[in-house]
Amino acid sequence: MPDTKRDIISKLQKDILLWEGFKPPQPDNADTFGLGPVEAAFPNSVFPVGALHELLCSTPGQAAATAGFIAGILGTLMKQGGACLWIGSSGKLFPASLSAFSVEADRVIFIDLKKGKDILWVTEEALKCEGLAAVIAEVQDINLAQSRRLQLAVESSKVTGFILRTDLQKSKTNTSVARWRISSIPSETEGGLPGVGFPRWQVELLKVRNGNPGVWKMEWNGGRFVPVDEKVTAYETWGRRAV
Amino acid sequence: MIRRRFVSLWFRHLMTDWMTLRHPELHELPFVLTTPIRGCVVITAANALAEMQGITTGMAMADARAIVPSLEMMDDMPGQTAKLLKALGEWCIRYTPIIAVDMPDGLILDISGCAHLWGGERAYLGAIIKTLRGKGYDVRGAMADTIGTAWAVARFGKIKPIIEADQQKEALLPLPPAALRLEPLALERLQKLGFYTIQGFIGMGRSALRRRFGQDFLMRLDQALGNEDEPMQLLQAVEPYHERLPCLEPIRTVTGIEIAIRKLLEALCHRLEGEGKGLRTATLKCYRVDGEVQQVHIGTNHASYYVDHLFKLFELKIVSIEPALGIELFTLDALKVDDVEPEQEMLWSPAGGGLEDARLAELLDRIANKTGAGSIHRYLPQECHWPERSIKQAKTLQDKRMTVWRTDRPRPSLLLPRPERIEVTAPIPDYPPMLFVYKNKVHNIKKADGPERIEREWWLEKGEHRDYYYVEDQDGQRYWLFRSGHYSDDQPRQWFIHGFFA
Repeated sequence: MPDTKRDIISKLQKDILLWEGFKPPQPDNADTFGLGPVEAAFPNSVFPVGALHELLCSTPGQAAATAGFIAGILGTLMKQGGACLWIGSSGKLFPASLSAFSVEADRVIFIDLKKGKDILWVTEEALKCEGLAAVIAEVQDINLAQSRRLQLAVESSKVTGFILRTDLQKSKTNTSVARWRISSIPSETEGGLPGVGFPRWQVELLKVRNGNPGVWKMEWNGGRFVPVDEKVTAYETWGRRAV
Repeated sequence: MIRRRFVSLWFRHLMTDWMTLRHPELHELPFVLTTPIRGCVVITAANALAEMQGITTGMAMADARAIVPSLEMMDDMPGQTAKLLKALGEWCIRYTPIIAVDMPDGLILDISGCAHLWGGERAYLGAIIKTLRGKGYDVRGAMADTIGTAWAVARFGKIKPIIEADQQKEALLPLPPAALRLEPLALERLQKLGFYTIQGFIGMGRSALRRRFGQDFLMRLDQALGNEDEPMQLLQAVEPYHERLPCLEPIRTVTGIEIAIRKLLEALCHRLEGEGKGLRTATLKCYRVDGEVQQVHIGTNHASYYVDHLFKLFELKIVSIEPALGIELFTLDALKVDDVEPEQEMLWSPAGGGLEDARLAELLDRIANKTGAGSIHRYLPQECHWPERSIKQAKTLQDKRMTVWRTDRPRPSLLLPRPERIEVTAPIPDYPPMLFVYKNKVHNIKKADGPERIEREWWLEKGEHRDYYYVEDQDGQRYWLFRSGHYSDDQPRQWFIHGFFA
């Protein structure tokens, strides 16, 4: 009898994951993001597309690193020809830099807005629009109700959303599936040659729904993510949901 | 039976007048339009000045140059005459709704029941001729009961342009046979037989005329005299895309306005769909009871006739309509319409059609109508090394990039809109800085690449070149710094930070 119970529970868990947007691993590994150990932290070891990700970036340096990291993911998301919307207030992102991350910047549409309210409205409308590869929104702050609206939009349209939060003072709970922090770390050149090496980041997964948060070092090398070394530390699995 | 009246307009120098309007410097010059025919450049149109000096249509250009050595020559545009006459005809619709193009150089207006609006036939014809002459077209016109007579008098008449009712025969008598629009063969034969005016043969027996000159000859004669009707191929006026909705009771609620907009859109879109057109810009005007007019304006990226989509665009603007005491009349004008491109099913692309996706275009329409079109940007690469000019804005969603995105040089993820001054300690001559101070924070540089020298485009602007360095500080942050110009003794070196790398 306990076996059947366990079966039922595991089946229900799978169902819940499916409803939350976590696809079971595909037989063909076509659209893997090459994030290696980072992807393993997610349920089913799949980077959740069609979900809302939250990235914290308070300094311009972090914003640049985050932009680079997202661009790396966008390269895979936009491979099938979809377009992408970058909604922001700064207007500082340099489209010519995206090509280094195999993103065709002419398929990225930039929307520069001043008011946070407008940004959220546009983000919600964009996330409702099927056929987009991804939507990136730079917001100061987002509360639970606002993020819930975005989550509902994402659930029906299966568009991947990235929320870049700049104001970390008012950290509130929201419905994002993962919370990231990307910061630059010193690069290394092969054999200690002079010059600057490949962009290297510390990727922190602060919160993952149904997954294991952690910290990794990644490098953008030759058009793909390369994990630098072993996972440095592992947070406790405090984000895990009790079943 | 209604007595019909016709006006025939003859543009004597249609093409050359049009050319003169486009190139005013030709006004005082004799010039011709030419086209090559069988290896010989032949004159197809000559202006009045050239004609005065003996140059006629059909002459070889070489002969004309022998007469007038300073003759200007321009290429003729085939098909332009028809276009021009059609446009002139559409303009003339203000005088009468029934208009036909009379190739190759005229218009025919059916003016039955129109002339009294201008205060009589003389004033009417005068108004038409005067306006057209004022525009720069050398035009002659005549009015008669039949098209044939009007045509004849416009071209060959010498006495008066307006032929009274049933006076066709008298008007035609002194005119040459060419005034009857006859075949060249018949004209030649008449000439041979010594008939120099219509008077000479008009009294002859019909059977004799038919035997010698054919049935067409009699038909033309009958048409001119009014014994036979002449069909006209009418110009179709372009109806403006306009819908109106009067209300019995003044409308004051949002729901009421929504219903009104939807009704107007349904009517307009039905017509647009039938014609294969789509709406690009539209204006909704709400006429209020107190005489005020409220209007809202929408625009779309793609021509569209989908009621739901267009309604959504208007829906965002409803808040800006103030009904006050109520709205009694709604009108909707499509100011700009385009042909709709047939949509292609994107079977092979589950991720959507990229920029061609109609859903994306609709989304951008909504955003543009909510926040203003100025907030949407898309960038294309430009063949230019200067960072600020290496990208350019795409004007439309359909613009294709003309060159590739370059990846051979490092470019920062974030580019400051305006480079900011920094304090730097750097060894000379061309080494990267050892440290720099930005926003009161000292950054010790651990690794660096460069310099990458980028020159200004001297044909665009003056100024110093920039030497860019890609540097990394002790925290692993990567920056794009540059020094403006060369080191020199008399002025301080200027260093700037221009971007942040990922």
